[in-house]
Amino acid sequence: MKIGVLLKQVPGSESKLRVNQDGNWVEEESLNFEINESDSYALEEALQIYEKNGSQGEVAVISMGPDRTPKVIREALAKGAHRGIHIVDTMPYETDPFFIASILAKIVQETAFDLVLAGLQSEDLGTGQTGVILGELCGMSTATLVMETDLQNDKIRVKRELESGWFQWVTMNLPACITIQSGINQPRYASLKGIMGAKKKEIKTISKADLIPSLGPLQTIDTIYIQKKDSTTQMLEGDTNEVVSRLVNIFKTDIKVL
Amino acid sequence: MDILVVLEESKSKIHRASLEAIVAAQKIAEDLSLNIAALVIGSDIANLSTQAANLGISEVVTVNHEMLSKYNADTFAETLIQVIEIEGPSYIFCGHTYQVRDYLPKVSALTQKPLITDVVGYRVEDNQLIFSKQVFNGKLSADIITKTDPPILISFQAAAFSADDLGTGNSSVRPCNITLDQKLVKTESEEPFQETAGDVDLSAANIIVSVGRGIGKKENMAIVEDLASALNGEIGSSRPIVDAGWLPNSRQVGSSGQSVTPTLYLALGISGAIQHIVGMKGSKNIVAINKDPDAPIFEVADYGIVGDIIDIIPKLTEAIKES
Ligand SMILES: Cc1cc2nc3c(=O)[nH]c(=O)nc-3n(C[C@H](O)[C@H](O)[C@H](O)COP(=O)(O)OP(=O)(O)OC[C@H]3O[C@@H](n4cnc5c(N)ncnc54)[C@H](O)[C@@H]3O)c2cc1C
Ligand SMILES: Nc1ncnc2c1ncn2[C@@H]1O[C@H](COP(=O)(O)O)[C@@H](O)[C@H]1O
Repeated sequence: MKIGVLLKQVPGSESKLRVNQDGNWVEEESLNFEINESDSYALEEALQIYEKNGSQGEVAVISMGPDRTPKVIREALAKGAHRGIHIVDTMPYETDPFFIASILAKIVQETAFDLVLAGLQSEDLGTGQTGVILGELCGMSTATLVMETDLQNDKIRVKRELESGWFQWVTMNLPACITIQSGINQPRYASLKGIMGAKKKEIKTISKADLIPSLGPLQTIDTIYIQKKDSTTQMLEGDTNEVVSRLVNIFKTDIKVL
Repeated sequence: MDILVVLEESKSKIHRASLEAIVAAQKIAEDLSLNIAALVIGSDIANLSTQAANLGISEVVTVNHEMLSKYNADTFAETLIQVIEIEGPSYIFCGHTYQVRDYLPKVSALTQKPLITDVVGYRVEDNQLIFSKQVFNGKLSADIITKTDPPILISFQAAAFSADDLGTGNSSVRPCNITLDQKLVKTESEEPFQETAGDVDLSAANIIVSVGRGIGKKENMAIVEDLASALNGEIGSSRPIVDAGWLPNSRQVGSSGQSVTPTLYLALGISGAIQHIVGMKGSKNIVAINKDPDAPIFEVADYGIVGDIIDIIPKLTEAIKES
């Protein structure tokens, strides 16, 4: 069983973002980068599928990004992935999901994975498309918003999340590409042994320039900006005691819940 | 055909997100004098077609096929691809529903046409439409330009347009014939089901004290429980709290959880992602406490406090008990 996991490195959720000079991305200098949230669940699910099915084959992680990217690959190797592939991107980064998926597809096809797991959605671009397009380009079955998996010989049965607490089971043929929703499992922490072992594992580096597809990009980000807000929020200001007593007053006299 | 809006069914009605896509189409059509058609697909489509024929659009196109009796990504994608070939629309509009997330990227991959998801707005420049969407978890916005011949596929974020602004008026209904082959079906879907209901029906609650990732660690959940009991309210939460296993599923508010409309919704350390907002924006009074003054939650809040919830929550509980 060859399992591939798509990992993206994104600014941590507490990041203070500033638009860069070209107005097409954020200033990266002071940012702290982390693994994309749903990707960390995808990695854990891949490791569990591998372990539950006799620990045969491999879990390989694939990430396209600039020079900072090997850090997330290394973290995945420390958690138990076997090898990493880093596709080196340069500024301005790719922002078209079709184009990104086409590049990733070349790597996926080369290895002939049985199963590819992607995150549902990246926290920076947030298109929610890359996994599905990649699967389609590779002729795989696809399913999104996966909250449980059950591998059965040459098929996989997955529980998809639908709106408002509804779910649906879908069974599909392998090879398949599924996109993982957060909460599917509890991602593990890397052990000290894992961290030491990761240093010896292979990270293959490939330049994006060597993988440029014939078609695309189909779309690009023209500009990034801060949306002007027209909010009517009444902000309560002052020290903690002041705002607390004002809020209690609002609970009593305006909202009438006390 | 200029704009084709793909309608989705929800409980025998047109999905709210599809109606919002119709509104977006109507606004754009007015700015650029375009025509609008709606697409209804399924195996039992009379009811939805009748509803669609009253939306004040140019026409309703229907696809009736036994293989479309329930949602399947492969058949739905193939159907839309054939309709696009036959009808030649310049734009395909959808609501950004879970179903659209699942099959529309397949259509983009197979037709090699751009799909812009989660669009919140548009502007017209030199007679060209430029769509905008949120990026970086809603902290920034982006204008997207496309680089191909039509069509362009668009899905609109929930509530970006209001279904209250729908036009009215009758339109004709006509069928569009496609062929589907069992061979293209790679996935087999079972009936949708609801996970057994939890311990609480938040939609009936009058006061909800809702907690997000800003609470930091599980041990801090106790101060939220104290506040909720001082206020006589129910505890709710954003998704990451449920994902971490700190609260059961039934406490989650948002697009994949419950929709709530309490008198007071107190959002503590919740950033205000759209998937959370859609579940609580109908609350009568929203109070948000967040340490980040730019958190999107403040855009929907009636009252806001910029501060540290770990510091504020215990003091607020005390003050409520004293009053
Ligand atoms: C298909 C789909 C469905 C989803 N469904 C849902 C859903 O139903 N419900 C839902 O909630 N989410 C849902 N999500 C997830 C959603 O996109 C967000 O990731 C989530 O709502 C974020 O939760 P949060 O605000 O608690 O965490 P974060 O976004 O991490 O925000 C934490 C906030 O806490 C603040 N903070 C940190 N420390 C403190 C402190 N000490 N004092 C005060 N403030 C502090 C930070 O400034 C930040 O604003 C869904 C996502 C997808 C893709
Ligand atoms: N540059 C990338 N490198 C590796 N995986 C990616 C990359 N971009 C997107 N992905 C994967 O595709 C998923 C969806 O991303 P998106 O379509 O941008 O929302 C992510 O969660 C990742 O699993």
